[in-house]
Amino acid sequence: MTFVAKPRTHHPLLQVNDLGLTRRDYEGSVSTLCAGCGHDSVSAAVVQACAELALPPHKFAKVSGIGCSSKTPSYFLGNSHGFNSVHGRMPSVATGANLANRELYCIGVSGDGDSASIGIGQFAHIVRRRINMLYLVDNNGTYGLTKGQFSATNDRGSTSKKGVPNLYEPIDMISMALQIGASFVARSFSGDKRQLVPLIKAGLLHEGFAFIDVISPCVAFNNHNGSTKSYDYIRAHSGSVVDADLIAPHDEITVDYDPGASEDVDMPDGSTLRLRKLAHDYNPHDRVQALHYVQRAQEEGEFVTGLLYVDPTASDCHEILGTTQTPLNALGEDELCPGNAALEGVNASFR
Amino acid sequence: MTTYNDFVIRFANVNGSGSASANGMFAKALFRMGIPVATRNIFPSNIEGLPTWFEVRVSERGYLGRREGIDIMVAMNAETFEEDIASIVPGGYLVYDNSKELRPNFRRDDINLVGIPISQLVLPEFPNPKHRALFKNIVYLGALSALLHIDFEIIKGMVSAQFKGKDELIAPNIHAMELGRSYAREYLECPLPIQVRHSDAVGDRIMIDGNAAAAIGAIYGGATVCAWYPITPSTSLAEAFEQHCARLRVDPETGERRYAIIQAEDELAAMGIVIGAGWNGARSFTATSGPGVSLMTEFLGLAYFAEIPAVLWDIQRAGPSTGMPTRTQQGDLVSSAYASHGDTRHPLMFPSTPRECFEFGADALDLADRLQTPIIVMSDLELGMNDNLSEPFTWDDSRRYDRGKVLTEEDLDDVERFSRYLDVDGDGVGYRTLPGTHAEKGAFFTRGTSRDEHATYTEQPEHYIKNMDRLLLKWETARQLVPKAEIEAHGRRAGILYYGTTAAPMQEALDRLAEDGVQLDTMRIRGFPFGNEVREFIDSHEILFLAEQNRDAQMKSLLVNDLELDPASIIPVLYYGGFSISADTIHQQVLDYYVGNNLPRLDEVQEVSS
Repeated sequence: MTFVAKPRTHHPLLQVNDLGLTRRDYEGSVSTLCAGCGHDSVSAAVVQACAELALPPHKFAKVSGIGCSSKTPSYFLGNSHGFNSVHGRMPSVATGANLANRELYCIGVSGDGDSASIGIGQFAHIVRRRINMLYLVDNNGTYGLTKGQFSATNDRGSTSKKGVPNLYEPIDMISMALQIGASFVARSFSGDKRQLVPLIKAGLLHEGFAFIDVISPCVAFNNHNGSTKSYDYIRAHSGSVVDADLIAPHDEITVDYDPGASEDVDMPDGSTLRLRKLAHDYNPHDRVQALHYVQRAQEEGEFVTGLLYVDPTASDCHEILGTTQTPLNALGEDELCPGNAALEGVNASFR
Repeated sequence: MTTYNDFVIRFANVNGSGSASANGMFAKALFRMGIPVATRNIFPSNIEGLPTWFEVRVSERGYLGRREGIDIMVAMNAETFEEDIASIVPGGYLVYDNSKELRPNFRRDDINLVGIPISQLVLPEFPNPKHRALFKNIVYLGALSALLHIDFEIIKGMVSAQFKGKDELIAPNIHAMELGRSYAREYLECPLPIQVRHSDAVGDRIMIDGNAAAAIGAIYGGATVCAWYPITPSTSLAEAFEQHCARLRVDPETGERRYAIIQAEDELAAMGIVIGAGWNGARSFTATSGPGVSLMTEFLGLAYFAEIPAVLWDIQRAGPSTGMPTRTQQGDLVSSAYASHGDTRHPLMFPSTPRECFEFGADALDLADRLQTPIIVMSDLELGMNDNLSEPFTWDDSRRYDRGKVLTEEDLDDVERFSRYLDVDGDGVGYRTLPGTHAEKGAFFTRGTSRDEHATYTEQPEHYIKNMDRLLLKWETARQLVPKAEIEAHGRRAGILYYGTTAAPMQEALDRLAEDGVQLDTMRIRGFPFGNEVREFIDSHEILFLAEQNRDAQMKSLLVNDLELDPASIIPVLYYGGFSISADTIHQQVLDYYVGNNLPRLDEVQEVSS
């Protein structure tokens, strides 16, 4: 058994969005991951976020590499095209896809093996280029499909299922993303849907490179005592600095926060991103401070979560390149081919 | 006896000394006099200091391949002086700086010395030592204009054009040129018995390198995404694409660009970007050389299996590994044709001229879309980086891009069930859809893992085998669509096969062989898999040579494998020393075979005389 289509019937009282669609219209096929896998919660959060935003469910390009996480684009947005590419190379495929059609929402899903080891070069360079996409890493600290080897994000001293400690320093993708130009950087936990769904919504609407590192425990190989990426450990050691709420354009803003503790950011579609600062001294627009804060917390064995950095004004790759507003894949001969007359000039320049 | 428009001149310089522009102007001046020329830049993997040579073949008859033996050597590099002198043919000329006396051990009695006190001439005229070094090149250019009887107005005009925008450099350059010219006219026998004269042999041809031609072809063919990583000798292809796009592909009203170019972090990413763009419906390509092809092989396998259009230009250089990175070779045929793990094969195209690079630049994009698979165009350093004479480029304005089988939203409305990998037409090529086309139909999951006709993941043996067999059927479709071989057949007993830049010296080699009583039919292979015409040519010749530029006769391997030939039926003619194959090599190896096997030549000689 390798593929199961989901039945399309749904509960008659299921909420309908502005497009007249329910969240069932944003689902994909049935997951073949282990029961209780954090990645399925991430997929469910993507489904909920897209449904709540009422985005057209076929206007996505879903890309992934190889690994458990990279299977998940099958499990959401079944009406959109997906591309399960090669190990560690999702960023380049996503780059090409985004260059070809800037109008699609681009979601890349990767894992810690895919992005922090074999694909760390491509990860670094897609951040630099600021491709307009949502880049999700389902981070479980282990290689699940090959049965439980340590990944590069696994903390030093964290143990394998058999009790063997990891000997090497972890790579922190949040710090990398902050350092090399991501304009939206967040960390969340697959078990915290209240935090994750608004972050995904904000990341989708953000025009630029949005990176969310989602700690997503592996129930089969990295959910034991001694692991620093188990459900229990994350619950006990994580704290949010900035929560984000996405408020749709037509929704009345009813709840007021202490002005010093909240800030509204205008989003490109007219909605408002409300940042709630839970750590009152934290500034989500200060890249250097964010880096410092994240690394200090890490030294103390804590996971900082929430929207850690956002720059709504940063340009994306298309702006950097100055490409036309029309998707490149929609241009035809008239726009692309200079014609025989222009070739006369070309020939003349080589005489 | 004076000979006109028929010699090989080589300039021996130090890399980074500014000689390239002077040498380029020399070749261009002859070209503008209407004389066919071919240039070969023989350069090291170095920025400054190592030896570099620039060779110009001048041939009224249009023999533009490499020929052994140097008629005129302009020896400006002390480090290589000895070997440079040794390479001159008896009776040839050594042009050198005689500011210092020539060491007696360098003297050769069988060549002519043409000494010009270049250093002494520039010393009082140009106080800045850096300028002095640069103007030395211009001084010998001026002297050559007198020695070889080059039209001085043409060469002066080129200096003005070359330094347009830096006008303050025009006068000193012309002054330096006149220094050399006046010296030669006053003190040397001018012109030499080897000289040039105006001709109309160039016709309306242009002079361009294959990489620029390929880039312009890609623009005409509608490429919008180019991703690449710098590697000699392919770099100039991507750079030319950028340069010409800036002129030809910018929206005149908004200034927006109708193209996107990414200099990737490596060749893996370059190919990934090309495949991502191809998947999403943009025409895309990359250019690399052998080491880059090695890095791209996993992605090439993915694109083969997932059936995504992509175009890869392989500008081949001498391998394996880093090999001779600035020397030419046809050494990537096997690694490209079967790149990646599992049962993979990729259509190849073999351009021979800049004109063909231009045409294949566009045609490869059509072919990739039509076949939904990577197309690899096998150029090389010789073609890619050197200025070659070429027929001018033309474009049929009524031509429409062949986007292959892509379903639109309206198409999908009429489809009951979309099945990505179903062979509807019996040619092994299914219909594809682009992301975002239709709200309800046509979405599918692209993957490198096995699937059934509906793109649903499966590991069922019968589905896997059916799919792999369909890809074989697609291969047969490709056989019909790749460029056909160019054949000259006159019912002779023997024939010679060749491809790519081995075409350049071929006519000269054939003419010389004919003088020795060996007449050959010819077939220039232009595509892989091989069409029926290739098999027919092979079947109809008793003796078959195959000339190529690698050690292992790689095209022979492809032929033997693809057409299931007896390996003994093809006699390899090989050269793999890093230069392009010469007419001398082809002539000699074929003749040796005739002599060594006591094959009759006489009756063919009689055929010639009758």
